[in-house]
Amino acid sequence: MNVILNILIVTLEEGLMYALMALGVYITYSILDFPDLSVDGTFPLGAILSGILIMKGVNPWLCLLIAFAVGMLAGTVTGLLHVKLKIRPLLCGILIYTCCLSINLVMLLKGTGGKAIATFFNKDTIFNSSLGALIPESIGGYYLRTTIVSLILVIVCKILLDLYLKTKSGLLLRATGDNEKFVTMLGQDNGVSKILGLAIGNGFAALAGSVVAQSKGSADQQMGVGMVVLALASVIIGLSVFKKVSFMKATTMVILGSILYKGCLSIALALGLPTEYLKLLMALIFTAALVFSNGLGIKGRRTSDASAK
Amino acid sequence: MLQLNNIVKIFNKGTVDENVLFNDFSFNVNKGDFISVIGSNGSGKTTLLNLACGTMQPDSGSVIFEGKDITKVSEYKRAKFIGRVLQDPRMGTCGSLSILENMALSDNKNKAYDLSPVINKKRVDHYKTLLEQCGMGLENRMGVKVGSLSGGQRQALALIIATMTDIKMLILDEHTAALDPKSSETLMQITDKIVKEKQLTTLMVTHNLRFAVEYGNRMVMMHSGNAVMNLSEEEKKQTGIDDILDKFNEISIEVGN
Ligand SMILES: Nc1ncnc2c1ncn2[C@@H]1O[C@H](COP(=O)(O)OP(=O)(O)O)[C@@H](O)[C@H]1O
Ligand SMILES: [Mg+2]
Repeated sequence: MNVILNILIVTLEEGLMYALMALGVYITYSILDFPDLSVDGTFPLGAILSGILIMKGVNPWLCLLIAFAVGMLAGTVTGLLHVKLKIRPLLCGILIYTCCLSINLVMLLKGTGGKAIATFFNKDTIFNSSLGALIPESIGGYYLRTTIVSLILVIVCKILLDLYLKTKSGLLLRATGDNEKFVTMLGQDNGVSKILGLAIGNGFAALAGSVVAQSKGSADQQMGVGMVVLALASVIIGLSVFKKVSFMKATTMVILGSILYKGCLSIALALGLPTEYLKLLMALIFTAALVFSNGLGIKGRRTSDASAK
Repeated sequence: MLQLNNIVKIFNKGTVDENVLFNDFSFNVNKGDFISVIGSNGSGKTTLLNLACGTMQPDSGSVIFEGKDITKVSEYKRAKFIGRVLQDPRMGTCGSLSILENMALSDNKNKAYDLSPVINKKRVDHYKTLLEQCGMGLENRMGVKVGSLSGGQRQALALIIATMTDIKMLILDEHTAALDPKSSETLMQITDKIVKEKQLTTLMVTHNLRFAVEYGNRMVMMHSGNAVMNLSEEEKKQTGIDDILDKFNEISIEVGN
């Protein structure tokens, strides 16, 4: 019983943290129909940047905002490559991912004095200072602080995103993903909308990186591997599983999708799957989710060519 | 109001498929005109509209709007003063958004798309009044996703949306072509009503010869990049549909509807 509960808690904790990234990918992939691979680079960008800033004593909450802003900047560049230089979405993502590899390494080497990992176990993070410190470390013998802080963060981000999608700018973003010609006929440059969407999407990815790094107390390049697949799978699983629940907002579905996806992985590991097979399983679940969602006609799975036209 | 001067438009330039569509073509729309354009498939009607709206650039020649050279002005900037309805009913509206959301977005056309709420409750009655003139009951279905409407309903909504803000010119590209005869007739009547009420300068391409004869103050027949017929309102009355049909047949085309 104890073991199962602990697995549940870890699943919830990780599912919530990665849900922040899934919210970002929901914007780029589902709303804008842009398969954005930059996330593999912007997630560790947020993680490493925050790690180094925390090592230098910067307020961990401020680090979240800085990570978000820097992620937005990277997403803006992805958007500019696509809109201004007419590069296909997949290639834009690969380019930004590759840029981030270098940027992240330079930050790490400069920030740590030559190490490939930033560690800050004894520093203040969002989980052990200010708001985090107010929450009891464990409740009923279970370590729940990380879960609770993550939950609060996810709820705040979800509400803000929901509110944004109801604004003029947010609705124009949804229109851009649906019908570019319509946006043009509204007298608006749909390129601007796309860039904005990619900026917000990567802002969330970097924010998630910052949160995950702060929970681990360390950050390295390795953290970005497989993030695109993880986020896409969460989005697709969430949107397909909860499609029939008419009162549920898409953002909620995506968050639940992230938790479900992490749940599948946790179960497999608990059943004895060796960790080296984890990425293989991730790809398998993702494939299953894609096939399943094809049948349901979930939006946002056209080929890159169709959306680059 | 709108002048296309000495337009040259060549597709697939420099390839074996080179197609010189317009060669020194000029076209003039006066303020207050309601011009209907007919012509065979591939005669250049859509391209004419695309050049006017900035969807395409001419290889040479200029596009003048109210005395200003807009040849290089991008499509989305021209859309601020040119309203447009396309042939495909899916293009003029956003299928994944509700009728209300579509109208609220369009109502904001010449303002900033900022962080303020898109739906202003005070405007909803105004939207409903606009929809009522279609007589399709759309005003009672404001929350319905536009993607679930019929082609005719969607096209009527597209027309309302294109004309709900202050535009200087309305451009219609076979906007009734995808509809059944009855919806097509209804939409044409609504179009005429809106054009007259708002006194919109209008350029309408139609596949329907009768619409071209009945509506508008000028009729142009296009054939391989030229205006082979250009009739004023009186000339149109005197010429009659049979003569126009003869001319139509002469340039060997099938008549729409
Ligand atoms: N984007 C394009 N690329 C190549 N050829 C085109 C393009 N648009 C139109 N054309 C050609 O120009 C000619 C006129 O097309 P169009 O203006 O669409 O005719 P209409 O609307 O009168 O049926 C056709 O021969 C068509 O093949
Ligand atoms: Mg045409």
